[in-house]
Amino acid sequence: MNAPIRRVAIVAALMIFALLANTTWISLVRSDSLNAHPLNRRTRDAEFASFRGAILVGNSAVAQTIPNEGRFAYRRTYLNGDLYAPITGHYSYDFARSGLEQVYNTELAGTDNSQFVDRFVDMVTGAKRQGASIGTTVVAKAQQAAWDGLAGRKGAVVALDWRTGAVLAMVSTPSYDPNTLASTDLTEATASWKALQASTDRPMANRASREIYPPGSTFKLVTAAAALDKGLRPTTQLDSPSSFTLPQSSVVLTNEVDCGGTTTTLQHALEISCNTAFAKLGLTIGADDLRTQAQRFGFDSAVGGDLNAVASKFPAAPDAPQTALSSIGQFDVAASPLQMAMVAAGIANDGTVMEPYLVQEVRSPSLALLSSHQPTQLSEAMTASNARFLQDMMVGVVTDGTGGPAAVSGVRVGGKTGTAQSDPDRPPYAWFVGFAEDPDVAIAVFIEDANIERAEIAGGRLAGPTFKAVVEALR
Amino acid sequence: MSAAANETVVVYRKRRNVELAMVLFAVALGLGGWALTNLNLYGTIPTDWPIVVAIWVALGVGTHALVRWKLPYADPLLLPCVLLLNGLGLAMIHRIDQIPEPIRHDARTQLIWTVLGMVLFGLTVVFLGDHRRLQRFPYLLFLAGLALLLLPLVPGLGREQYGSRIWIRFLGYSFQPAEVAKIVLAIAFAAYLVEKREVLALAGWRFGGIGFPRMRDLGPIAIMWVASLAVLVYENDLGTSLLFFGLFVMMLYVATERVGWAILGVLLTLVGGWGAFTFAGHVRVRVSAWLHPFEDFDQNLQIISAQFGYAWGGLTGRGWGLGRPGLTPLAKSDFIAAAIGEELGILGLMAVIMVFALIIARGLRMALAAHDPFGKLLAAGLSFVFALQVFAIIGGVTRLLPLTGLTTPFMSQGGSSLIANWVIIAILLVISQMARRPVRTSTPADGDTGDQITVRADDLTQVIA
Repeated sequence: MNAPIRRVAIVAALMIFALLANTTWISLVRSDSLNAHPLNRRTRDAEFASFRGAILVGNSAVAQTIPNEGRFAYRRTYLNGDLYAPITGHYSYDFARSGLEQVYNTELAGTDNSQFVDRFVDMVTGAKRQGASIGTTVVAKAQQAAWDGLAGRKGAVVALDWRTGAVLAMVSTPSYDPNTLASTDLTEATASWKALQASTDRPMANRASREIYPPGSTFKLVTAAAALDKGLRPTTQLDSPSSFTLPQSSVVLTNEVDCGGTTTTLQHALEISCNTAFAKLGLTIGADDLRTQAQRFGFDSAVGGDLNAVASKFPAAPDAPQTALSSIGQFDVAASPLQMAMVAAGIANDGTVMEPYLVQEVRSPSLALLSSHQPTQLSEAMTASNARFLQDMMVGVVTDGTGGPAAVSGVRVGGKTGTAQSDPDRPPYAWFVGFAEDPDVAIAVFIEDANIERAEIAGGRLAGPTFKAVVEALR
Repeated sequence: MSAAANETVVVYRKRRNVELAMVLFAVALGLGGWALTNLNLYGTIPTDWPIVVAIWVALGVGTHALVRWKLPYADPLLLPCVLLLNGLGLAMIHRIDQIPEPIRHDARTQLIWTVLGMVLFGLTVVFLGDHRRLQRFPYLLFLAGLALLLLPLVPGLGREQYGSRIWIRFLGYSFQPAEVAKIVLAIAFAAYLVEKREVLALAGWRFGGIGFPRMRDLGPIAIMWVASLAVLVYENDLGTSLLFFGLFVMMLYVATERVGWAILGVLLTLVGGWGAFTFAGHVRVRVSAWLHPFEDFDQNLQIISAQFGYAWGGLTGRGWGLGRPGLTPLAKSDFIAAAIGEELGILGLMAVIMVFALIIARGLRMALAAHDPFGKLLAAGLSFVFALQVFAIIGGVTRLLPLTGLTTPFMSQGGSSLIANWVIIAILLVISQMARRPVRTSTPADGDTGDQITVRADDLTQVIA
């Protein structure tokens, strides 16, 4: 009987081997994803009860952790919660995280791989673990100016340093106070969450980077960039009829302004935002080249980095009338304010689009630098000479065209206004997208709901002053 | 085993002092778990520590003394391994006792069961003497084993808990008769197969070089198959069902040395498994919980929480008292391997698996060393059923296999399992005593002992001339 017993022993050995191999597999492969699972109460409790690092704007902490009595040893608090909510995001026990609290969760919690040495030292010395603090690129004065400029209207402002891609301001209104969600009274936090979710104003929607809207006439910047790429010059004459029946349809496109005769220059068409000229121009360029130009500015892909932004869209297969509408920022073209700020930033930076980012540096509790952001080039959207043509055209918009209210005395400012009438039942969206030199900033101002008469909507008049206020805050 | 050469006496080293040292080490590890739990949770060791230490050391040394007295040639490694696992199990139950508010005292109950298990262990060691006595009533034991197995199906007596009907309630105590049935049936199978192995081995037909049995000899395997399916379908217990059928098939194979039986057994298992998957809802639930646990978080909370526990424990574990094993339902019984993994780490769990492997290896080695076919078969059967159980439950908890509601031997909370496993160890030790005690393989003529060589051996697999 010994031969079969030996074979049985081999079977038993294989079973034991399978158990050991499987536990090894758990340890090597499954652990990370299990620990990162949002429903994992062990990691959630540990993180919620740990000394989480601060989120800094300048030298002041807009999010920090303070000692707490009761079930959890610490509590997360936010300074000026409504103002900085689109940047910090929220941190809660039952309702996960968002914003930088989510993107930099492991660093803030102190569980990131880069903090291994600190953890080891803490373990040896018996010190309580502390998370790293993150320093943002946001400038408090610019953020406040943007918030004040919106003055309670629904909308968003994004300001980028066009040389580096650093986010100098990012505001979304209406906003919410993350303090109410970070409450260690979980019943209270749940009630706040439900109220925020139920609100028709959608205060938790990040209108600056995670929502997309028809960009209206500000998209003419992209169309103009594509035209310059085709060899057109600011002085090239364009057809600008007072009305234009879209091909293969009965839709008649008209101008809200007098385009100054049946032909006009590219420069003038942009200054006064002539719809018929740009619609015909878009048809000449063609949907594919328009899309390529839009994608060079960042459309159709989620912006990387730490912003966790959604992708802006250019329609995949528009027919001729849809192409004409797309080239003036209507139909299914949709962009986030962040994306439109990137368009202005790319133009201002001589055609090079820098990847936007929010966090400049991560520092350990002992203030040792754990990581620091290096400006990263996202794409080459235009040639430098074409970009300079477009800069001059945008300066013309402010000095001689619809962008007058954005002018800042003593600063070279260029921009483009936009009014998007996507839905006849709703007030149109007002946009202003532009750049300034010294301070080097590209800004998109977006007003979703201005609460005023339709006829009065005009991107320059409504959104321009906010642009100006942010530029002045940065001087 | 073929007889050794003429005029040779094989004398195994008893190694009882080594056993004592290992027993003390094993006892210390269990106590260490208990002490660390208290230190980590409360910063102090309870004032009754001399009593706890005295009880556990006394129990360990006491069982060792009994073995030294009655079974001096028995395997020296089994008892320390068992004491180690039992001690760690008690410490972990004590640790999980500390989680609810107010704290529970299940570890005390478990200690009482341990003492009871040790008493039965002692009685078996003292009164069994020779395991061949168990060979006498195969059919009676077979019927008794089947009856025990199916006892929970008796209305009024059986009780359903956690979806399985494997408990009986008697005089206020609940008991899992399958644990006892495991021993009884292993004995019955061994006795029956030793008697019948010639006919089961030789009669039959060959196909492709493999011998297959005759139809008329298929009776016993058919009965076991039906009984296992009954356990699966009516008691909702996949683990027990697989355990018994696997035990029978393996013993049939060892007794007859015919691979055909093993192939037939595997085929029948596949058919039964397929049928169960198709027709029994709870088996499908188990399989989907195994393959896609996250598809239904609430339903599969237990297995998911066990996985989170392993991840949380990491390689070296959170430490005694510092993990959160209480988040996993049934952490003390079915899922004690999850608690071990969370607090002692993957390394701790691997160590525990290796201790189980040692017990299995020693048991199978006894099967090789035993002189009589019954002893061989019984030792191999008991070791293999032990291996299957460890594989099924730890594999289930670690998501290697679909979860089956078996106990982790010597560790899980529960009296029936603990007592049954202590008796299994007693039987294995008796078999090893019979295998390893010195016997003369030939009788020297007219008292001439001149040519007799006395050899000390650790192991009969060494060649002795």
